[in-house]
Amino acid sequence: MKSMDNAYSVEVNDLTKKFGRFVAVDHISFYVQDGEIFGFLGANGAGKTTTIRMLCGLIRPTSGQGRVEGLDIFTQTEAIKQDIGYMSQKFSLYDDLTVEENLVFYGGIYGMPSSELSLACEAVIQRMDLVSQVKKLTRSLPAGWKQRLALSCAILHQPKILFLDEPTGGVDPISRRAFWDAIHQLAEGGTTIFVTTHYMDEAEYCNRLSIMHEGRIIALGSPMELKDRYQQPTVEQVFIDLVKPAKA
Amino acid sequence: MKPRIVAVLQKEFIHIWRDPYSLLIVFLFPMMMILLYGYAITFDIKYIPLAILDQDRSPASQQLVEKLTSSNYFRITARLQDRRAIEPGFLHRRMSAVLVIPPDFDRRLTSRPETSVQLIMDGANANTAMIAMNYLKSFLTRTTLELNQGLLATPLEIEPRIWYNPDLKSTHFVVPGLIAILMMMICAMLTSLTISRERETGTLEQIFVSPIRPVEIIIGKVAPYILLAFLDAMAILGFSHWVFGVPIRGSLALLVFFMLIYIYASLSLGVFISSRTRTQQAALFAAMLGTLLPSVLLSGFVFPIASMPRVLQWVTYIVPAKYFLIQARGVMLKGVGFDYLYLPTVFLLIFGTLLLAVSVKRFKTNLEG
Repeated sequence: MKSMDNAYSVEVNDLTKKFGRFVAVDHISFYVQDGEIFGFLGANGAGKTTTIRMLCGLIRPTSGQGRVEGLDIFTQTEAIKQDIGYMSQKFSLYDDLTVEENLVFYGGIYGMPSSELSLACEAVIQRMDLVSQVKKLTRSLPAGWKQRLALSCAILHQPKILFLDEPTGGVDPISRRAFWDAIHQLAEGGTTIFVTTHYMDEAEYCNRLSIMHEGRIIALGSPMELKDRYQQPTVEQVFIDLVKPAKA
Repeated sequence: MKPRIVAVLQKEFIHIWRDPYSLLIVFLFPMMMILLYGYAITFDIKYIPLAILDQDRSPASQQLVEKLTSSNYFRITARLQDRRAIEPGFLHRRMSAVLVIPPDFDRRLTSRPETSVQLIMDGANANTAMIAMNYLKSFLTRTTLELNQGLLATPLEIEPRIWYNPDLKSTHFVVPGLIAILMMMICAMLTSLTISRERETGTLEQIFVSPIRPVEIIIGKVAPYILLAFLDAMAILGFSHWVFGVPIRGSLALLVFFMLIYIYASLSLGVFISSRTRTQQAALFAAMLGTLLPSVLLSGFVFPIASMPRVLQWVTYIVPAKYFLIQARGVMLKGVGFDYLYLPTVFLLIFGTLLLAVSVKRFKTNLEG
């Protein structure tokens, strides 16, 4: 690893994950700067989720190197966990708990002291506009609200970096917009955002993008740079252009 | 710093509380089992349908039959005239045994040193047949002694006294076993589901990205069930004591202590199962196979361990229910103290701790496990 520079939130070199003979992530290298919104764009099965899971310490990489907030993803996974927030692809909060109880639980497993926890809950409830929903069972919330709650749970302990794995799947456009507004606010507050998506309009919101295909990163740069480089009007066109010949 | 384990504990209590149906089952199911065992399913046999074929028709034979009728173990359902009537009687299930009194019964009873009557049993239900035969045997021994007015003295006489359960009431004998089995079922099933459910819904993944440690997840998830299982055990105990009069001759405190240790061992088994299974279905299946069957079949609940094949006898050493059964029967029926029952406790403690340690050790807070 060339540096321990704290300007990088994530630094990955030749990272590979194999499941048996299937190579899910194939020697990828990239870095994420502190405080940027970094997008991972790719079709289903491109290796986005596997990459996020390796960075979060949920699965062990097969080979390569990686650091999250300066900590090694092979040997310091438990230390990394204190610094990160994670929202998985699948909605994974407790349906039979109220909004508030979910927040208290997720704050609790990060070991937040009660006083700090109730302040953090208060703040996040205000920020995410959940006030009217606090006492409701999570089961009864519409998808858009659930998403907001999941994000709230993930940022309660004020992580340095937030991993969002297809956070807006199955959510209506208005809620998606509101969700991204919240993301931007977080980024302005200094949180690094690492987000995977296959919505092209969302890709445009990112500071930098990496396009993944069949386990490899096939393009990396800001949306502007990518559009310039491949002479396309939108990120969507860039993506289609890149993936099509690869498939043929 | 609020311990992380408290967060898990609180959440787990909410889960239990918000699921009243499961709670209802946890408390009602044992009561129903005990009601069934207490009232309907009994190993005691009364009013065995008996047919008489009296070929003697003497005062002595009539006296014998009269005495049989007055005992409530038998019910005379037919008086046959002929041996040929026996088979149709069995086939129509009019009786399950036939007592044949030979023509020279009276004469032999008063003149010979030995007399015999014939007993023909319907062996289709071997268990009932055995019990009926033993009843009849002891009944006849007593009656003939009265009938022959001391002429026929048996040189060696057995005077049975059955200690601890003089009436041989099967509820007394079944309830301690039932407690053992129900506790095991509830503990193992509930806990085995609690972890695999979260694995399935994906919430476990969300927990794994937090700095929580395996031991905090496991203890936090198991502890609420210790309380639940304990309350359940108390309910079962109270129910069987007050409704069925099952005695608690020894110290109640000791029994409670044994129960807690047993619950600990059972919960550990449940945790072990759920840490090795991926889905709720697999967990439930493993819990059934791993706890219910051995507890019913290999604990000595119904089938005496001493009469099992050697290999199975060895297997019984790892069945926790076996140990609790010894303790429960000891305290409840015999009033035995701790000095006679500490060994099973030691075993259950080792068993539970070992399984728990292995589960915690093997439980990885990632998705590779």
